[in-house]
Amino acid sequence: MFSNFNFRVIGETLPDFWLGFIATLSISLTALASAVAIGIIACAMSLQPSRLVRMPAVIYVDVIRATPLLAQLYFLYFGLPYFGVIMPEIMIGIIALALNSGAYVSEIIRSGIMSIPRGQVEASASSGMTYWQQMRLIILPQALRPMVSPLIGQAIVLVKDSSLLSLISILELTRAGQTLANDRFMPVEGLATTAVGYLIIYFGLKFAASAWMHLNRLSARH
Amino acid sequence: MNLFFEQLYGIAQYYPVVLKGIGVTLALSLIGIVAGTTFGFLLGIGRASSYKLLAFVVGAYTDIFRGTPVLVQVFVVFFILPEAGVELDSFTSGALALSNITACFISEIVASGIKAIPVGQVEAAASAGLTRFQQLRLIVMPQAIKMVVPSLVGQFVLLVKDSSVVSAIGLLDLTRSGWVIVQSVPNGMLVFSVVGIGYFLICYPLLHLSRRLEKV
Repeated sequence: MFSNFNFRVIGETLPDFWLGFIATLSISLTALASAVAIGIIACAMSLQPSRLVRMPAVIYVDVIRATPLLAQLYFLYFGLPYFGVIMPEIMIGIIALALNSGAYVSEIIRSGIMSIPRGQVEASASSGMTYWQQMRLIILPQALRPMVSPLIGQAIVLVKDSSLLSLISILELTRAGQTLANDRFMPVEGLATTAVGYLIIYFGLKFAASAWMHLNRLSARH
Repeated sequence: MNLFFEQLYGIAQYYPVVLKGIGVTLALSLIGIVAGTTFGFLLGIGRASSYKLLAFVVGAYTDIFRGTPVLVQVFVVFFILPEAGVELDSFTSGALALSNITACFISEIVASGIKAIPVGQVEAAASAGLTRFQQLRLIVMPQAIKMVVPSLVGQFVLLVKDSSVVSAIGLLDLTRSGWVIVQSVPNGMLVFSVVGIGYFLICYPLLHLSRRLEKV
């Protein structure tokens, strides 16, 4: 199988893989930024006392978490054109990824905020702070720190999930590998190069996560 | 509104396809849960082992699969293993890829459970004359299992959802059944809402269970 592994053909198609690699990175970054925005809104809604505000956010998070991304992607891909909404595949893909990750980001932010002892909120309220002052001055500065590692974890999931976009014919890392596999009948070379691309991103993010942990431990010591 | 009911009727006529799809999704999930948990515990014990080389090899193995998309792994099993002389049908390929990736994630969960057991307990067990296997079986694992169960259930939810990627190698699972129906009932949102309800009915109880276990 690997005795006739063809490095030359990988060298020839490396520009295609580079394009795919960049596409995967930029799709993931755009989707992640949107997911954080969606997550903040969904989390803010789910923490409100009013049921009417809370319910839509809770339903959104539960529905997204209990269904596969691929079904969500097809829901938009086959569903939007039927209602006359025509947009490029890459937009649909990014929207699906952002909506999907948004639900998980919302949960990450929520558990970060929940990790602040209740007494602190009560103390700041009784010292006359408004809701926004409590959030801005007491809760968020402490809650942000424990959110970083799970957010990097979500970024890892997001990058891998973006491979599903190849199924609606978006050119990214997985599609680049498939193209080499199909056009030149070289599945081993194509998929191996794709896998290496993902592993580079994975180990990069994993390194960032452990660097962050290390930094935290250092600052905790002083 | 009339059209809506016509389309709903159109989908209803495909019920054998949907049922078959649900069957395949459930079968893949069950195989993945059983095989993935078994293999995952073995890997996890290796990962937490005090033999540095074993722990490193297991860690490297699981990292490769945890760092690449399930879709790529399914493609690898389905398209590359035949080149090595292993011809598998799409169901076996899917089951193999899903069990393996589940095992890799469970391995990390189990390893962190084992590492959370205070080292003094193991030392005490050793000085009480227990063999290494007895320490693992009687002292470490009973406590570690209790700790990791909520995460395991969470992992099973991911497995059910990940199983949808086997539709890419032409296997008729729940997602693929929606893909088939949408070719003749063009309302994609309606069709994939039905598909989504199917997954929701499987995953939501599991999610709920995992949340309740976490609180205990």
